Amino acid sequence: MDGQAILARLAAQLGPAVRETLAYRGDHTAVLALEGLLPALRLLRDDPDLRFDLLVDITAVDYLKYPGREDGPRFDVVYHLYSTTHNHRLRLRVPVEEDDAQVPTATGLWPIADWLEREVWDMFGIRFEGHPNLKRLLLYEEFEGHPLRKDYPINRRQPLIGPRV
Amino acid sequence: MGVGSFFVGKLDEALGWARKYSIFQYPFVTACCGMEYMATACSHYDVDRFGAGLPRFSPRQADVLFVVGTISHKMAPVLKRVYDQMCEPKWVVAFGVCTCTGGFYDNYATVQGIDTIIPVDVYIPGCPPRPESVIDGLMKLQDKIAAGAQRY
Repeated sequence: MDGQAILARLAAQLGPAVRETLAYRGDHTAVLALEGLLPALRLLRDDPDLRFDLLVDITAVDYLKYPGREDGPRFDVVYHLYSTTHNHRLRLRVPVEEDDAQVPTATGLWPIADWLEREVWDMFGIRFEGHPNLKRLLLYEEFEGHPLRKDYPINRRQPLIGPRV
Repeated sequence: MGVGSFFVGKLDEALGWARKYSIFQYPFVTACCGMEYMATACSHYDVDRFGAGLPRFSPRQADVLFVVGTISHKMAPVLKRVYDQMCEPKWVVAFGVCTCTGGFYDNYATVQGIDTIIPVDVYIPGCPPRPESVIDGLMKLQDKIAAGAQRY
């Protein structure tokens, strides 16, 4: 299926949970409401015409002070999916509010989501509800804050040993 | 100068000469500089000419700690521990600009120069340094060893 057909199928199945669909230079994106995320992921993985069997990446974007989104949800959680069966790709974006930044886990669908979600927690401080082991993946336990948030001070250092500069 | 100190002086020189040509390195390789380190160790540049051909993968058997590649704050306690485990006399070489100063990784994750954690004898800058610079650094370290400049 081409990207437009995938987006049309997704919109038909999920209705208003698909907020917006975008296409840019052959990359197709669906912007989802939070409650539509897990149904969408399950549909994309299990539908025989879609069969997105590979979760390529989960990441996030901090839109703090981003022009045009100052009042909107602060974060986007971004999912990249690929189908080894049909050789097609899709990107999903889920806006998340700053207070109680929390997204349902995808570990039940793709086991690799375990580490990817831990990385997002580590870097952005977005929690994944139902994750079996949500602790830092890259940084150390003593680290305070989440360094890829735009309000993390750019020159703040937290060494385990040595001078704090 | 008495006869005794003459012989002690000659003994120090002999020890320095022997140590200079029997460098057992511990390669602490964490990043891309490791490629250049391997190129230096292989036959084309042949670091064995300087008596430094046999790396030891236990810090207790090594004389020189080669810190090759970016050191993150998470890795810093490991590096310190490896250094502490080495027997004296011991020397440290900072290989590449990341170990010298942190390089362009001026961020939350990276140690801004390993000399903030452990003492360093020779700095080899470059991103990565060419094997010629590595050999130059090694020869400077040999001069330092021969002169008896060591930390106890």
